Amino acid sequence: MKKYDKLVTNAAGRVVPTFFNGKEHTPYLGVGKYKPTGRKYAPPIATCANYPADGDKRVPSIKDALVRAGIRDGMTISSHHHFRNGDLIAMQVFDAAHELGIKDLVWFPSASFPCQERMIQYLEDGTVQRIEGSMNGPLGKFTSEGGMRGMSVLRSHGGRYQAVQDGDVHIDIAIIAAPTADPFGNATGDRGPAACGLLGFALADSQYADRVIVVTDNIVPFPCIPWQIHGNYVDFVVEVDKVGLPERIVSGTTEITKSPDRLLIAEMTAQFCDEAGIVRDGFSYQAGAGGTALSIGIYFEQMLRERKMKARFIRAGSNKYPVKMLEDGLVDYILDGQTFDLEGVRSMRENPGHVNTSPFTSYNYHGKGNFASMVDVVVLGATEIDVDFNANVVTHSDGYLLHGIGGWQNCLFSKCTILPVPLFRDRMPVIVDRVTTLCGPGELIDVIVTERGIAINPLRQDLIEKLKNSKLPIKTIQELKEEAEQICGRPEKPQLSDELVSVIKWVDGTVLDAVRKVIV
Amino acid sequence: MENTATAGNKGKRVRSDCHVTIRLTNAGGIDIELTSKVKFMFGADIMRRIHEVLDFFEIENAHVVMEDSGALPFVMAARLEAAVKKLVTSEKSFLTEYLEANRYETTKDRDRFSRLYLPGNTPSLMINAGLHHPDGLILDLEDAVAFDKKHEARFLVRNALRSLNLYGAEKMVRINQIPAGLEDLDFIVPHGVNLILVPKCESAEQITAVNRRIAELQKLHNLNAPVWLMPIIESALGVIKAYEIASSAENIVAMAIGLEDYTADLGVRRTNEATESFFARSMVVNACKAARIQAIDSVFSDIADMEALRQNVLTSKSLGFDGMGCIHPRQIRVIHENFAPDKAEIDRAKKIVNAFMDATEKGLGVVSLGTKMIDAPVVKRAQKVINLAISLQLISADWRNEFLAPAAE
Repeated sequence: MKKYDKLVTNAAGRVVPTFFNGKEHTPYLGVGKYKPTGRKYAPPIATCANYPADGDKRVPSIKDALVRAGIRDGMTISSHHHFRNGDLIAMQVFDAAHELGIKDLVWFPSASFPCQERMIQYLEDGTVQRIEGSMNGPLGKFTSEGGMRGMSVLRSHGGRYQAVQDGDVHIDIAIIAAPTADPFGNATGDRGPAACGLLGFALADSQYADRVIVVTDNIVPFPCIPWQIHGNYVDFVVEVDKVGLPERIVSGTTEITKSPDRLLIAEMTAQFCDEAGIVRDGFSYQAGAGGTALSIGIYFEQMLRERKMKARFIRAGSNKYPVKMLEDGLVDYILDGQTFDLEGVRSMRENPGHVNTSPFTSYNYHGKGNFASMVDVVVLGATEIDVDFNANVVTHSDGYLLHGIGGWQNCLFSKCTILPVPLFRDRMPVIVDRVTTLCGPGELIDVIVTERGIAINPLRQDLIEKLKNSKLPIKTIQELKEEAEQICGRPEKPQLSDELVSVIKWVDGTVLDAVRKVIV
Repeated sequence: MENTATAGNKGKRVRSDCHVTIRLTNAGGIDIELTSKVKFMFGADIMRRIHEVLDFFEIENAHVVMEDSGALPFVMAARLEAAVKKLVTSEKSFLTEYLEANRYETTKDRDRFSRLYLPGNTPSLMINAGLHHPDGLILDLEDAVAFDKKHEARFLVRNALRSLNLYGAEKMVRINQIPAGLEDLDFIVPHGVNLILVPKCESAEQITAVNRRIAELQKLHNLNAPVWLMPIIESALGVIKAYEIASSAENIVAMAIGLEDYTADLGVRRTNEATESFFARSMVVNACKAARIQAIDSVFSDIADMEALRQNVLTSKSLGFDGMGCIHPRQIRVIHENFAPDKAEIDRAKKIVNAFMDATEKGLGVVSLGTKMIDAPVVKRAQKVINLAISLQLISADWRNEFLAPAAE
């Protein structure tokens, strides 16, 4: 069987395969154009007769749990990334599978991290056939250079929930590493030695996988309260010495930037939001984890404090900064998707205004609405943006995969999407003629803020009108591109192979773009 | 001369720079080894540029190793030329484009609240510096450049003056101590420098020497734009000679004090309270005011403590200083805000300027406020306060309508 087939040009003008990994896929049709039909996927019906009446589902080891779960060749195994670079469990699962001589597994993580770099050996020896998730760092390099046998698939957090819910991805065995759990399988992320706050990324896995294994290093007697993961979905519970390294779990970028250039961009972004009338009593925003996004949050906080105003909610990625705002009464709620530091974890545990959310509530496009589109303003990063406001977040300009999509695509649906980026990095222009990989359609991207000027999408005449007397340096995106080229020179396009190694899914499961193999 | 030379910087933390090694050979033409993080975008352009520079200096056979960390074209050209000039003697200069945006002069009495020091051999810190809008940008050839990098820094500073948009900041260069600093002038005077800082100044003769060389260069290159001087007093002797230095030339627009070297010269520790330098600071201020030039305070070196900086600025202002140096862009705003006129100053300036405008509108030759006559310099100073308040957005441009509004009711 071919790795991929049936190339078509999709509605975004990108050549994509519509057949890969043994299945047909729909090409991207445009924002909101694909209408799903049919019913959601459902896992098999279980019976209490097969589970211990005393509720004790403990088994001795991960390997034992995998065997009992019926692991065999070709299965899809999922994991979550709430432990970020401190995860100790995902690799142990594949070590066990390898010892059992299992082949051709599909790893379906909600994101991958450098701590899982060793997965490359299992991709090489046939234990793992492909990854559907994110390919960062060394895994990205391996994938970009054509090392993966199957077609890797990149999805957003919302797209992952959608794929599981719709049955696009069938999870055979879900591994849910949990900071605290009881023997029945109820689990929480808000306490325990490896506390990570919440377990929202594992929600779909618990609901839809054939078999669910909870792994914890902090077992408590039933009931584990709160139960972020319901034990009623869980087949087996495994107790281990350590599920994660706390110092790496909360290692996200949690300090505001000290870079004067990034601070300038953050300040310009905040001022733009103010002049556009976005910062007002009762507004909402998405707080990102990067240093620039955090700094924008600080500027918002100052504005709210000075004007004695209050935000209604912050969508987060939480850390000590939104937590302080919550505790100082500058915001009513934090709707949190992942906690980045211990202050975030503490707040989630103690403060009823700090609410844990999941990709289902926040991002799933095949639902009856989601939170992302209700947010007033969101600031996101990008590796490249083109003159049609299309943006790339997964590949470097040289074609190498380097980031996952995360919640990025889902957040584009906010009322105002702003990408604060430098105009160029060293000598690499960020604004280009055509993005190497399309991750976000330009029609959803409203504003680009660079240190040398701000471009507003012509589709947003309302914003252009509001800012027409602004002292901010408002320019066209074409002007920004030319300014970058005056400084850096006009770049050549990277030479990439015609062979495809990865596909980018849109939030509705359609194929938005494909990533080409790099020529080494 | 040697047959191998290097220039530039490399290493994990180096950004927007490059390191070039040129080895002259006897045959085989130009042979280039290129590693670059932007090779896929600019590989061909970089190769062209290397050939162009070597051609320009008539080098026909050489082995070139270019290790690039994303250097902008003006940086790469400076590194190449610096390496070439260690190998061959040439009167020629490989000049990069002189941006239209950088062709501006400055006036003697412009504001000089903030001047941001930029190490003269570190491109990554220069590139966005103008965007932070200090009054002046100092490309530093002196203390911020290691001795063995002095040669290459001159080419970089020259190219930056020409080809890096400095967004309207006064283009300043701190040269090396005289007499070594005289050689620096060749690299900056013909390339649009607005103001030259003369460090560790201890005598009027040093100023005279600088001006003599400037005049020669201006004649040679047929230049007529003003080149201002700002001597820096950094020693006990310099303090004693402050007035002599301040009044030694027409093109001295300001004089600064450098407290690190001064306190070292005194053999005392520099403290945040700065009582140890009170005498020196007062001497410098007094000398400047006597010579009718601006008095500029030393830098404040704790870049994390904005409150201490603020206090420092307020003290400076109260001593009579008109500005101070900064070493981090975050300090600029604090300096501007606190050197800015306060409300009482602005209110008084409004009354004076309004009275002046009244008098002009009525065709009166004499300006008076109440029963007091107002001299022209007072009006001028008040107008300066008003202009400053407008540019700092403390008052609106049509403040006078608002000022007159209550009277009209």
